[in-house]
Amino acid sequence: MIEFQGVAKSYDGIRALGPISFALRPGTILGLIGENGAGKSTLMNLLAATVQPDAGQMLLGGQRYAPREPGAALNQGVALIHQELNLFPNLSIAENLFLTRFPRHWCPPFIQRHALQAEARELLAEVGLDLDPGTLVEQLSPGESQLVEIARALGAAPRLILFDEATTSLGTREAERLFQLVEKLRQQGISMIYVSHTLADVRRLCDDLVVLRDGLVVGQGPVAEFSLPRMISLMVGRQLDQLYPTRTGEPQTDLVLEVRGISQPGVMRNISFQLRRGEILGLAGLLGAGRSELARVLFGLERPSSGEIRLDGIPLPPGQVRQRIQRGMAFLTEDRRTDGLCLNASLTDNLGLVVLPQYASGNTGRIDRTSLQGAITTVREAVRLSAKAADRQPARTLSGGNQQKVVLGKWLLARPRVLILDEPTRGIDVGAKFEIYRLIQAVADQGAGVLLISSEMEELLGLCDRILVLSRGEITDTLARDEFDQSRILRSALAHTLTA
Amino acid sequence: MSLDVAIAPPHPGRWRRLLGSDYFILLISALYFLALAPFIPGFATPENLRNLLANSLPLLVVAAGQTVVLIAGGIDLSVTAIMAATSVQGALVMQRMPNHGLLATVTGVAAMLGIGAVVGGGNGMAITRLRMPPFIVTLTAMMFFSGFAVWVTQSQKINGLPEDFNNLGGKLPFTLAASLLAVGLLGWLLRRSLFGAWLYAVGHNPRTARVSGVPVDGVLVGAYVLSGLGAALASVLLTGQGETGDPVLGRYLLLDVIGASVIGGASFFGGRGNVLSTAAGVLFIKLIDNSLGLLGSSHFTIMMVKGCLILAAALADSLRHRLVAAN
Repeated sequence: MIEFQGVAKSYDGIRALGPISFALRPGTILGLIGENGAGKSTLMNLLAATVQPDAGQMLLGGQRYAPREPGAALNQGVALIHQELNLFPNLSIAENLFLTRFPRHWCPPFIQRHALQAEARELLAEVGLDLDPGTLVEQLSPGESQLVEIARALGAAPRLILFDEATTSLGTREAERLFQLVEKLRQQGISMIYVSHTLADVRRLCDDLVVLRDGLVVGQGPVAEFSLPRMISLMVGRQLDQLYPTRTGEPQTDLVLEVRGISQPGVMRNISFQLRRGEILGLAGLLGAGRSELARVLFGLERPSSGEIRLDGIPLPPGQVRQRIQRGMAFLTEDRRTDGLCLNASLTDNLGLVVLPQYASGNTGRIDRTSLQGAITTVREAVRLSAKAADRQPARTLSGGNQQKVVLGKWLLARPRVLILDEPTRGIDVGAKFEIYRLIQAVADQGAGVLLISSEMEELLGLCDRILVLSRGEITDTLARDEFDQSRILRSALAHTLTA
Repeated sequence: MSLDVAIAPPHPGRWRRLLGSDYFILLISALYFLALAPFIPGFATPENLRNLLANSLPLLVVAAGQTVVLIAGGIDLSVTAIMAATSVQGALVMQRMPNHGLLATVTGVAAMLGIGAVVGGGNGMAITRLRMPPFIVTLTAMMFFSGFAVWVTQSQKINGLPEDFNNLGGKLPFTLAASLLAVGLLGWLLRRSLFGAWLYAVGHNPRTARVSGVPVDGVLVGAYVLSGLGAALASVLLTGQGETGDPVLGRYLLLDVIGASVIGGASFFGGRGNVLSTAAGVLFIKLIDNSLGLLGSSHFTIMMVKGCLILAAALADSLRHRLVAAN
């Protein structure tokens, strides 16, 4: 049905995918699995034409397939069901279904309302939804929205449907309904590619399997040939290289952070752990496991429904960011552009932001700019910020790696006792990564506790003293350094789905 | 795809640097003055310049307060209504103390400033606690207090204010001292104080500010309080200048206030602006007023010209924003 011939794609010189070659048989379902960053999304984006390949070609039904834009992909019968729901909640089901192709009267601006309703009803029947097409999408459950999205794809008479993590927002029953629909579509002769972290689902639904790792196909064949352990070992099977600086210090015995029974309905349940001084504690888990949410609760940006957090043995009241900072907590957020930096503010202003109160006079609020500038200069050197970057330069103009060093630097200025890092090396180059690793180790060696959230398994294995594994908001495993095992971590991260 | 742009160091062309400069508008004002001075009789005379200065100071005070709010990424449309309301309330307070010249003045001024701060604080609380958009909150405050000022006085002006009070707005040295003190303090707050640094951070990115421990809500409330105080002080000066409590004081001023801030380089996107640039914006607007007035243009012609100029300034602001923003 679809065939890849040596297809490759790089972003800014970093290879995301390929060259890969494989084929999907007509009327079958191909499962596509791999770790975060293995190239699954890139592959889907190539098919849906949101990006174009650098090399190789794709064949659709034997014809060369090279759509220039998503609309063209859809016209040729390739429909993508997104990971996040992609509907307009403020419009009705019917309007969502026909947004790009309303049935019109002879005079273009007028829509044939009756035809619209009738056709919408037909499409909804096809996905087994018994709803009024006039219903607003915001009133639907996630599962119903997902089905509406599939109905929209079916409206374009697709030959190939791509499912990208289609079940992440669905409950068990809704997922079951989706699987029945997928089964039905297969019987109608539609080919599908099914991307999922839920390996049990993949085994159950798919005919063939392709395993991606580091952008390459590392395993393919009929799904019957793949046991779950084999899938996992293929997904992770690689050696750690010398990307990680050698650790000099080691964890001390006294605790710095204690977390007891933190819960937030629907997000996390009964999370308890302890962090020692000088310890780098990793937090592993799949996207949506609740890792960032936990970090935000720890830092006081969200309030848990129950549970207690102690810093140096003294409880931290919920939702008090400033107090946490004063008591030595620091939090490097997942997305430096939205809440890590003031992009249009200068490098200096960004670096100084957290410690401003320390340099302000108690009576007048006058900031001692000279001392502050001195501290900033010191930390600039400590994080090895590019010498080319001028102090007055807006943070926006820095590269990703230097931006991240600015965020890290602003927290280091506050001399944190607990440093929470959420995906600290996302989207930055290898050289900057190494320096960030070095800084993380240095912080720990100076006696701070570090909580490191990362989707890169290697990073966790290379840096951490201990790893917690989170799955659907619960800690499912804790591994000491001598127990580190990629397969075990991945199994624990998939704990909920494997048993389902 | 936009990564190249993001990494490239900023290389503004000469005109672009000028456009972004704080002194740009000062330069334009000077050129405008020099170009028109020979052609407008009475323009470049000491009396006229003195007049120009006296007219500029109240606007400067209220525009400086507005600038604070704009830096925080908000807007305060209620300033002229605060001026009208404080004008009549202050006048009413002082009218009740007919034989206490200085004491009446002090009480009156304190009452006016107090009302300005309270209304500004109310705006700020509604915006931060109730999460309402600044535009709506301050627009409704404007409607309410404009109406209130006229209702309280039954549309009458209030005369017979203490002489000390009238001197504050009527005698240039007093006006100059009060304005410069207030604006200087504000400038110091913005440039040197913790509040100022926090204010710019909130304007740049409130989410980053929050994660970094900035009390975002408190800073925002403070900004609106300062804007209310600025409006109240401007009201003190203008009420004294007119020697009456005026229920429609500042009715045509809102355009000038926001215009002066924006021409001076404050941005509706937040994070930009300072008192000195706003002063330059005030000077520019008052120069246009003054010169066109001397030429005998009607109020409405002046409005048309100023509208065009403020639009041009807003356009320049938007262009500048797009030019420097990587994506």
